[in-house]
Amino acid sequence: MQHIPDYTVLLDLSRSQTVFLSVFAVFEQYQKSRMQFVQTVADLASRPQNIEMLQNAGVMSMLRPLMLDVVPSIQQTAALALGRLADHSDDLAEAVVKEDILPQLVHSLASQNRFYKKAAAFVLRAVAKHSPELSQAVVACGGVDALVLCLEEFDPGVKEAAAWALGFIARHNALLSQSVVDAGAVPLLVLCLLEPEMALKRIAASTLSDISKHTPELAQTVVDCGAIAHLAQMILNPDAKLKRQVFSALSQISKHSVSLAEMVIEAEIFPAAVACLRDPDEYVRKNVTTLMREVVKHTPELSQVIVNCGGMAAVIDYLGNCRGNLRLPAIMMLGYVAAHSENLAMAVILSKGVPQLALCLSEESEHHIKAATAWSIGQIGHHTPEHAKAVATAHLLPKLLELYMDANSSEDLQAKSKKALKSVLQKCTYLPGLEPLLYDVPSNILKHVVCQFSKVLPHDSKARRLFVTSGGLKKLQEIEAEPGSLLQEHINAINSCFPEEIVRYYSPGYSEVLLERLENYQPA
Amino acid sequence: DMAELLKIKSEAEDFQSEYFYRNSQAEEKRQKENQAATQIQSWFRACKVRAYFSHLHKKAVIIQKIWRGFTARARFRQMVKAAYFIMKMNFYEEMAVRIQRRWRGFFVRKYIHNFYARKSYLEGLFRKNELVRRELDELEELQKRERDCLEMVKEQTAKVYQAYRLHHLLSTKQCPGVFNSPFRSAPHEMEQLLRQVKYQAPTRLAPGGRACLLGMPGPAAPSFSGTLGSPWIKTTQTRCSSRPILPPIGSKKQQVRW
Repeated sequence: MQHIPDYTVLLDLSRSQTVFLSVFAVFEQYQKSRMQFVQTVADLASRPQNIEMLQNAGVMSMLRPLMLDVVPSIQQTAALALGRLADHSDDLAEAVVKEDILPQLVHSLASQNRFYKKAAAFVLRAVAKHSPELSQAVVACGGVDALVLCLEEFDPGVKEAAAWALGFIARHNALLSQSVVDAGAVPLLVLCLLEPEMALKRIAASTLSDISKHTPELAQTVVDCGAIAHLAQMILNPDAKLKRQVFSALSQISKHSVSLAEMVIEAEIFPAAVACLRDPDEYVRKNVTTLMREVVKHTPELSQVIVNCGGMAAVIDYLGNCRGNLRLPAIMMLGYVAAHSENLAMAVILSKGVPQLALCLSEESEHHIKAATAWSIGQIGHHTPEHAKAVATAHLLPKLLELYMDANSSEDLQAKSKKALKSVLQKCTYLPGLEPLLYDVPSNILKHVVCQFSKVLPHDSKARRLFVTSGGLKKLQEIEAEPGSLLQEHINAINSCFPEEIVRYYSPGYSEVLLERLENYQPA
Repeated sequence: DMAELLKIKSEAEDFQSEYFYRNSQAEEKRQKENQAATQIQSWFRACKVRAYFSHLHKKAVIIQKIWRGFTARARFRQMVKAAYFIMKMNFYEEMAVRIQRRWRGFFVRKYIHNFYARKSYLEGLFRKNELVRRELDELEELQKRERDCLEMVKEQTAKVYQAYRLHHLLSTKQCPGVFNSPFRSAPHEMEQLLRQVKYQAPTRLAPGGRACLLGMPGPAAPSFSGTLGSPWIKTTQTRCSSRPILPPIGSKKQQVRW
């Protein structure tokens, strides 16, 4: 760094050099005014309402030559101001790219001191965060390599700024992430995870999460650098924001394939991660459940691991405590677990999952959450009659029917609730639960209900009695079905379980028939 | 004589005519008699042949009878052997089916779908869930208490620092301080804090000193009411006395120096 003459010192010279001094005074004044301008612009840029006016005043073109200024503090403050402006809006970031400021920034990133590097990395981040095209522009002028060089610095602030910028670049799509990985960023990021500064750890974890979320190959690259072990160690750290990023990273890694999920499980995070489900920070809890969902969806063995360490109970308690969109990963996790085998579905039922899902269904108003809940209920109930009975005793069948029939429900919700209802009905032999479904039901559901009745009633006399006394037989007679259809066959099968007089008694219009007979009767 | 000759001649004529008649008769009947003789002869021959045939026939029957009996007995023996074999095989198969049935039942019940293992697994899972819930509750409780404790320590430190800054508001014998109003039944807690605070004349503090002042209070124990290790809190013995200890007068060493 060259020695910048400090003009103030020159003021101590003798009077004979007043002319010399006046020249220096001019330069000194100019420098002061530049510094003041740049600092004021930087301060104004931190407040969003000023930015429009700054933009209209043409601040971009003013700041550009200041970035090449001789005095390093002016350069740094100019870069900071630029970064704040670009951070705020899309057009300003595009203006930064168009004005060709990026190549200069990248070039000077290699040579300047750490404050400048921080400010330059901030500018790159602010530009890259808006859209993939802008990130592509950053990549195209060699920004990624320069940022990776910054990651090798000693100063933690510089590393943090560089890692953040890389994170924003990698966030948009797989191609950009690939370019970040190709520049060799991942081992350096893993080293950043080990640094003592909390902010640096957070940013490194978040960047790793953004890199590994796109494709399995990228996740594999991250894993190959030994990220999982370090991330696993940080689970028990008390800092909430760090835990958010760590769990998000682990879930992005494990979502792609079975082997990656197995590697995450082998790092033995599970009994410890369950404890994090009671963390006061709700996003930590949400990310833990997202991780569990991504792991569980692959194979039954992985689900078994999580169920065995008591994860089910913790997730169901979590469902009870939170509201809204936070519930979605937990609901989907329960559905995935129950989908694998009837053992696991029974485990879900035992952990009191079904009442909790019923609560979710009634409390939530968003359609996609309701659809997910309906799907999960279907996965739980479709295995055996035991499971279907558990679903029916929670009074979920009428609710599912209601969701299916409601005209306001979205297509997805209707389709899912219909599928869930059908699959549970096909195994349900719990007749008191099926009774309410005989009333006001479309025929495609009705035929399943009647089919189930026809399976159970021939064998169980108590059930027959109950069926008659509760008015089911009466309702059955009122159903009109085309002769020869499956529905009619089932109705006949049921009617044949009862004595003919009873069937005739309950058939509609019986009282008219009796009255006719009365009229035609001649007493002997 | 002549009569005899005539008789003989008539007899000869009669004889001739008889002879002729008999011959003619015989000639006529020759055919018939020939045929009859042929018939008789043929019949006789037939009887002879028939007798021969029946003899042959009977002997053939005997031979065939003996042969058939022989063959049939051999076949029967074979059939008996086969039936016996089949009976044995059925028996073995029946026994094998019983063994296989028992084995398959055992295998399925033990390895493929073990009802009792499943039951004990679900019970174990239930207990584990309870355990996990309890432990998580305890953990949450513990963490909450730690956080509360830290917060309270922070608050108390802030109060002590405030008291340190407001040491001049301490009440004297002549004039009751702001926090020691005569209308109150007992002095305000701030007054108590003020009494406990040790006055230090302001010196130019090194940054370590400042950190020492602010960083020290905050022991890990939750009992913070009287055991603060702050350097500006006096020792506990003098806590209840209402006589503040003033610094020594005229110590020129503690001059304020910027």
